[in-house]
Amino acid sequence: MRKTRFGTVAAMAAVAALALTSCGGSGGDADGDTIRIGIKFDQPGLGFKDGDNYTGFDVDVAKYVANELGYTDENIEWVSAPSANRETMLQNNQVDMIFATYSITDERNQVVDFAGPYFVAGQDLLVANDSDISGPEDLNGKTLCSVTGSTSAQKVKDAYAENTNLQELPGYAECVTQMSGGTIDAVTTDDIILAGLAAQPAYQGKFKVTGAPFTEENYGVGLPEGTDKCADINAAITKMIDSGAWEEALNANTEGTGYTPNPDTNPPTLGDSCA
Amino acid sequence: MENYLTIFTEYDIPGAFWVNIQLTFWAAIGALVLGTILAMLRISPVASFQAIGTSYVNLIRNTPLTIIILFGVLALYGQLGFNLGGEFHENFFRLAVMGLALYHAAFVCEAIRSGVNTVPLGQAEAARAIGLSFMPAARLVILPQAFRGAIVPLGNTLIALIKNSTVAAVGSVATEASSVMKTMIEFRADIVIPIFLTFAIGFVIIVIPVGLLTTWLSKKLAVAR
Repeated sequence: MRKTRFGTVAAMAAVAALALTSCGGSGGDADGDTIRIGIKFDQPGLGFKDGDNYTGFDVDVAKYVANELGYTDENIEWVSAPSANRETMLQNNQVDMIFATYSITDERNQVVDFAGPYFVAGQDLLVANDSDISGPEDLNGKTLCSVTGSTSAQKVKDAYAENTNLQELPGYAECVTQMSGGTIDAVTTDDIILAGLAAQPAYQGKFKVTGAPFTEENYGVGLPEGTDKCADINAAITKMIDSGAWEEALNANTEGTGYTPNPDTNPPTLGDSCA
Repeated sequence: MENYLTIFTEYDIPGAFWVNIQLTFWAAIGALVLGTILAMLRISPVASFQAIGTSYVNLIRNTPLTIIILFGVLALYGQLGFNLGGEFHENFFRLAVMGLALYHAAFVCEAIRSGVNTVPLGQAEAARAIGLSFMPAARLVILPQAFRGAIVPLGNTLIALIKNSTVAAVGSVATEASSVMKTMIEFRADIVIPIFLTFAIGFVIIVIPVGLLTTWLSKKLAVAR
């Protein structure tokens, strides 16, 4: 009897160990040869897990930066970093850095460090190709979709069109599906996220970004507080922009949508954000 | 601490919980009515009625709630244009209530059926012996005793329903607690853990009285045999 019980315990321990390692966050110190990078797994065009491949602009920038820091592509461990978990993952040392449409804000800066910005996005609208909506002022009486936990749609309602119907869905994919079904007139969030959605093969040529961004979101690299990597990361991003690889990555990930980022703010100039 | 207290002025936290309570209230009524009907189908002597009740319970009980609620918004409303009226956002509230009621009806049905099992067979035989047919026997003899015996499992289902009402977040009900919590985490990353604890404690405050009440009721209403 004793033996069986020991076997059960051993099996459970083995399963638990497997489950822990599969989470990717083995915790503790980052071992010298791999770097754990948090990205979105569900944001086409930015951070997207497609089978065993990771694609998108965030992924491309992350790879470039990791290479500059001395890691090869094989030494990168990609970790899913959903919006609500990003600060906690950095604080608990579950990732070494985060490239996940992570806007630099004062509140976040209190608990994590930021390098960058590597991109300046702006809130915009995604509409059907034949839509007559050209900006947030045209949304009165229309239905506008955003995801739960963001106030981007509420901002539009308060500032531009008070008769807008707001619908919140769990993800942008649902918003876009609804829009192709016709019950939603526009989707709002950062322009590059919208461009990534529109660039998906299934929606090629169906949607357009209106191209009149009305906010500024500085996408930064999330780092644990007190990191010493910040300056190196900024140097890597500057090198990527100067060498043209930045623009190449951007074009490759938004191909076919006619999207161009706001030229007044892009490519961003990296100030002394590490100070 | 002052930093933390600002979230109560910035966000309407009691209002968010109030939406969950409203969702729970209407869904509980719907689930109780539908669940009772289902339970009667399942204990009825007609084989096809039993089959209907059993299939409903097995189908709905084994479907994740998130999928049922998402189905309401994406398929019923989004693709088929099914609208429950009211203002734009009220439609989503009603769809969510409908989804919650349909889902929990399966559990209510099983809770009542467990209550029926506490009624001795002799009660049913006696009811039939004095000439009552199925419906009057169920209404006058079986169900009143069954409900008294099913208070604890019904209370458990209600507690589950209170917490499950946060799933309405996927159904475009943007004012309920978990949606508000998500928004707060997005904008107040400096106090993620306190925000989380605030909502956890909020649910504890709502749920504990329900648990105490059902325990007290189950003792008070127990059928002495």
